[in-house]
Amino acid sequence: MAELAKNMMEIESKPVEEKLTPPWKEAWKSFCKNRLALIGLGIVIFFILIAFLAPYVAPFGYKEQHLADRMMPPSSKHWFGTDDFGRDIFTRILYGARISLWVGFFSVLGSVVIGTILGIISGYYGGLVDAIISRIFDIMLAFPSTLLAIAVVAILGPSLQNALIAIAVVNVPNFGRLVRSKVLSVKQEEYIMAARAVGMRDTRILFYHILPNSISPVIVQATLAIATAIIEAAALGFLGLGAQPPTPEWGKMLADSKEYLVQAPWTLFFPGIAIMLTVLGFNLMGDGLQDVLDPKLKQ
Amino acid sequence: MLTYSVRRVLSLIPVLFGMTIVVFSIIHAIPGNPAQIILGQRATKEAIATLTKQLGLDKPWYIQYFHYLNSLLHGDLGTSLRTRGPINQEIWPYLAATAELAVAAMLIAVIIGVNAGIISAWFSKSWFDYIAMVLALIGVSMPIFWLGLMEQWGFSIHLGWFPTTGREDVRDPVSAITNFYLIDTLLNGRYDQFIVVLKHLVLPSCALATIPMAIIARMTRATMIEVMKSDFIRTARAKGLRMFWVVYKHSLKNAVIPVLTVIGLQTGLLLGGAILTETIFGWPGIGRYLYDAIGYRDYPVIQSGILLIAAIFVLINFIVDLLYVIVDPRIKYSK
Repeated sequence: MAELAKNMMEIESKPVEEKLTPPWKEAWKSFCKNRLALIGLGIVIFFILIAFLAPYVAPFGYKEQHLADRMMPPSSKHWFGTDDFGRDIFTRILYGARISLWVGFFSVLGSVVIGTILGIISGYYGGLVDAIISRIFDIMLAFPSTLLAIAVVAILGPSLQNALIAIAVVNVPNFGRLVRSKVLSVKQEEYIMAARAVGMRDTRILFYHILPNSISPVIVQATLAIATAIIEAAALGFLGLGAQPPTPEWGKMLADSKEYLVQAPWTLFFPGIAIMLTVLGFNLMGDGLQDVLDPKLKQ
Repeated sequence: MLTYSVRRVLSLIPVLFGMTIVVFSIIHAIPGNPAQIILGQRATKEAIATLTKQLGLDKPWYIQYFHYLNSLLHGDLGTSLRTRGPINQEIWPYLAATAELAVAAMLIAVIIGVNAGIISAWFSKSWFDYIAMVLALIGVSMPIFWLGLMEQWGFSIHLGWFPTTGREDVRDPVSAITNFYLIDTLLNGRYDQFIVVLKHLVLPSCALATIPMAIIARMTRATMIEVMKSDFIRTARAKGLRMFWVVYKHSLKNAVIPVLTVIGLQTGLLLGGAILTETIFGWPGIGRYLYDAIGYRDYPVIQSGILLIAAIFVLINFIVDLLYVIVDPRIKYSK
């Protein structure tokens, strides 16, 4: 009994601030405990660095053709060999990181912004607006995503930018639904009722209370969506519906070299490995973030 | 069950209806005059006028949509601009080829994926679990078009085990009955041809199976670990039941619902992925048909192909929903 009283004294005597570690620090700590997640983060940082440093690190220009050195196997001069135009594959892979990360990041940013806005509107206001938005999401999700992306590109015409738009459009309902369901559950919380009772306006409640409390699953899904977006952009590039020559997009590089599978297989090894590693990095990171930020979703 | 099925069918109607609107708008969303885009810059004015009329683009859009819907309901998918043949007849062999490929891929994915997931959960934190899950992670991140190319490089060019492309030996074509070649060769009594067709099927179906396999393995493992913690498993173990039966009979039954969901969802991915796989392996499926149509700006084929694949996807998920109720009688649909 005396011990209990002593313990209670101790608890009371400790200043409150000390016990409050900021939530992001907490999250970062448990993220660091996950080895696979850290590997993922490492891979992602590595590719981001490559993307930024490409012009300084690359030994050649990505359009530079050495016609005398066509389809040379990997050597000390050309680390990953050269393609059918005598372009250095190592250089093109470095520049390709820019394109893939750019498409991955901005397409997902686009779908997150639009999806979040639509999700909030439909979750917060409900009624007819909700019914219409939800039905549109249902219809979009009824199409396999690659197919829908192809349809969008078939309308807009093949280009890297249109591939980005297509991927963004395809991902909107995923985020929309996620945010909507989150808003629906947050809306029931007592602090929202309290905020309303105090006389807070709708927009203020939305942006100060509902949005911050709905955002963590969005961050997780966004990380995983970047992985999918990078694969999808490469797939569109591979089909000739994305990046156009001479852009060093990884999927397009694979498509251009696929006839040389017998003579120059190295032209195909490296772009594929680059795609796989980048995607793996984002997937590992996303899985780790999910454990940290949104453990319930894991089930 | 019946009420639920009816209700579920009714809920399909708005989605299918919406899909026709989306597909219908493809041609109308093209910036500029669709007929001009289809025929190219050098087309004569007469040719453009004829095509505009042929596609019915000279009428108001709601009349066009009404006509489109009307012919769809009569099973008319339009006419291909390239071959000038009716799409609903043309598309069948392609559809069968894709179905054969997709079924083979799904079988591989489910058999290997579910078993790998089960064994990983059974011996969780063992070296098997570790390797299987790392492989699954790599599998999820694998661009299948690259995997397909690597398979061709390793197994066709280097080892020579399987043919690189195609669906049959072109010098000895299969006489089609159902267009499912594995079945046709058996019906024809050509067992040698059956082997040839099977060999053609191996590489593309393995490539296509990779991602679903990885996802199914991860999902099975996660649910099985959860289920195997529950009390009735402990009881089964306590009464001396062999671990094998506990895992494969008691646990698996309870892990089947989430796995079924994944299988349903993955079929959609499979149909999307088929476009890539078919392009690489020269597989004459619907993905290939669609891909060629995009190259020729054959919009009626693009529209019908997309609509058909999406409709199949919706149908499969509908079947999965019905299976839930059969597999798990606890599920009731009150809504």
